[in-house]
Amino acid sequence: MSAMVPLADDVSAFLARRARWSPLEIAFWIFAFATIWLFPGKYLIMKDTAILALFALSLDLILGYAGIISLGQAAFFGLAGYFSGLVAKYGIINEPVIALVLSGLVAAALGFVTSFLVLRGSDLTRLMVTLGVSLMLGELANRYSNITGGADGLQGVTIAPILGLLRFDLYGHTSYIYSLIVLFICFVIARRIVYSPFGLSLRSVKGNALRAAAIGIPVKWRLVAIYTVSAGIAGIAGALLTQTTAFCSLDVFSLDRSADLLLVLIIGGTGYLYGGLIGAVIYKFLQDWIASLTPQYWQFWIGLVLVVIVLVGRDRVERWTAALRGAIARLGTRLMARPASLGSAAPDGH
Amino acid sequence: MLTILFDGIAYGMLLFVLACGLSVTLGLMNFINLAHGSFAMAGGYCTVILVNRMGIPFALGLPMAFLATAVLGGLFERTLYVHVYARSHLDQVLFTIGLVFMSVAAIDYTMGSSQQFVQIPEALQGQFDVFGIGMGKYRLLIIVVCGLLTVALQLMLTKTRFGSRLRAAVDDQRVARGLGINVGAVFAITFAFGSGLAGLGGALGAEILGLDPTFPLKYMIYFLIVVTVGGTSSITGPFLASILLGIGDVAGKYYVPKLGAFVIYTIMIVVLLLRPQGLFARSTAR
Repeated sequence: MSAMVPLADDVSAFLARRARWSPLEIAFWIFAFATIWLFPGKYLIMKDTAILALFALSLDLILGYAGIISLGQAAFFGLAGYFSGLVAKYGIINEPVIALVLSGLVAAALGFVTSFLVLRGSDLTRLMVTLGVSLMLGELANRYSNITGGADGLQGVTIAPILGLLRFDLYGHTSYIYSLIVLFICFVIARRIVYSPFGLSLRSVKGNALRAAAIGIPVKWRLVAIYTVSAGIAGIAGALLTQTTAFCSLDVFSLDRSADLLLVLIIGGTGYLYGGLIGAVIYKFLQDWIASLTPQYWQFWIGLVLVVIVLVGRDRVERWTAALRGAIARLGTRLMARPASLGSAAPDGH
Repeated sequence: MLTILFDGIAYGMLLFVLACGLSVTLGLMNFINLAHGSFAMAGGYCTVILVNRMGIPFALGLPMAFLATAVLGGLFERTLYVHVYARSHLDQVLFTIGLVFMSVAAIDYTMGSSQQFVQIPEALQGQFDVFGIGMGKYRLLIIVVCGLLTVALQLMLTKTRFGSRLRAAVDDQRVARGLGINVGAVFAITFAFGSGLAGLGGALGAEILGLDPTFPLKYMIYFLIVVTVGGTSSITGPFLASILLGIGDVAGKYYVPKLGAFVIYTIMIVVLLLRPQGLFARSTAR
């Protein structure tokens, strides 16, 4: 029994070591915030990228860490998008930050309720239920067009200045900074979750749910919890989109949105939090580039990318990028280790 | 009231022909083929080209649509799908969604984004009046054709050698392989045949379901409902499920038009909650 205490110490030391911010991560975020000054003409597309990254982050939490396939993240995205648009339009809550947090909570509530549906059955049932929920909400939004504006979208939304101080401008300057800060905060929260003992238990559930249950992990409740959190983050992404565009239309619920999201995550790699962020950047570049070549048919090329990625093999693509990531990480640590050779800045193994 | 029932049955029959290929592929290889609707769309456009542009009679256009789609399906199966069977469900979903996107854009590019109509012969337009029930001639044709197909399929599955091989492969792939059944070949043939049926359904249904490039996306959920509610172990399950779905959808749109497809999605979710294996699935562990 006396060995227990050092063991517990060891465990917490191990967890703390895992959770340490690596120099590369710090560099990533410094660069992310530097883009505010580096690319002043590109605020709108960068803002969209930040929102997409946040959305992808939410999917990564359930897909990459808990192994739940979902085609229905758009349900939370859309619900919160409409919610934040409606509260702003009717002046119920004028302050964007409060509205944002509330929208996230609303989406999380939906996530909590639907999680019980999702956790039943196989992959196919999950796909169906998640897809069904988002289609159902889309159908509702379409039918109650007196509230949502139907196919024309929710119009006449005016978003008050953030915290009563910062006004949304036409060039997306404010909205980009706003989105980036929200992304960063959500990322830190997600990171905290993933590196906690809770996050570790999720990984074990993903690895083998039966064995995880055998060592005393309450599998069902862990999945419910992460699904709820993920829904909340997806909701915040949706609310951000509505707030920064002052518009919300039915396509927030569309299948395309959930499918694109999967593509983003596949490009970036699942199961490490930066996958969604990097994937979003690459995806937006791709989309922008293809859309400038063939404005109408860019969907074809997106489809082709999906097919090719699967045929080549997702794990193979991830292995290539893993080699690249590893090289960059080693480079980063070497650069950091030189001035402070005592600091054992071991690279995080993903 | 009875007219709704009649229309619902016609609609359900159509859905069955469209979806039964999917249910077999899903049951046989545990493969989630979201691109099934693309084959149906291919069949529909094939008929549009054959009948409207080349002036081939409608009655001849249908079998040709079936053949063309079956060949297309077989081709895709041998060249592309074959590599994805062993992959995870996530990969299968990604792969087939990619195919759907490509097919949507490709049809948009070649045929334009507007809705297409198949020219139906004069003889099939109009209505009968039987005991005061208005029955569309075209819908009656659909019921007859699809009904015959269903009977033929059922006979094929239960009476022929190929049918018993197929059922064996669905029940337990490994044992079937061990008994010397070439599961790969069985699957390729079934896939091609299922795609052909989808194409035929798309051709027949162009009039009722509408035909435009977003067809695979619009009806994907319907096919999936049929398959998940009906289960994949038999042909009667999906059949009953699609009839139910057809009647439910038509009745829902007629009585509570404001809710539209909402009724269907609700039914689906409730069914999946109560019976995750499907409404008509046998309760054998596989």
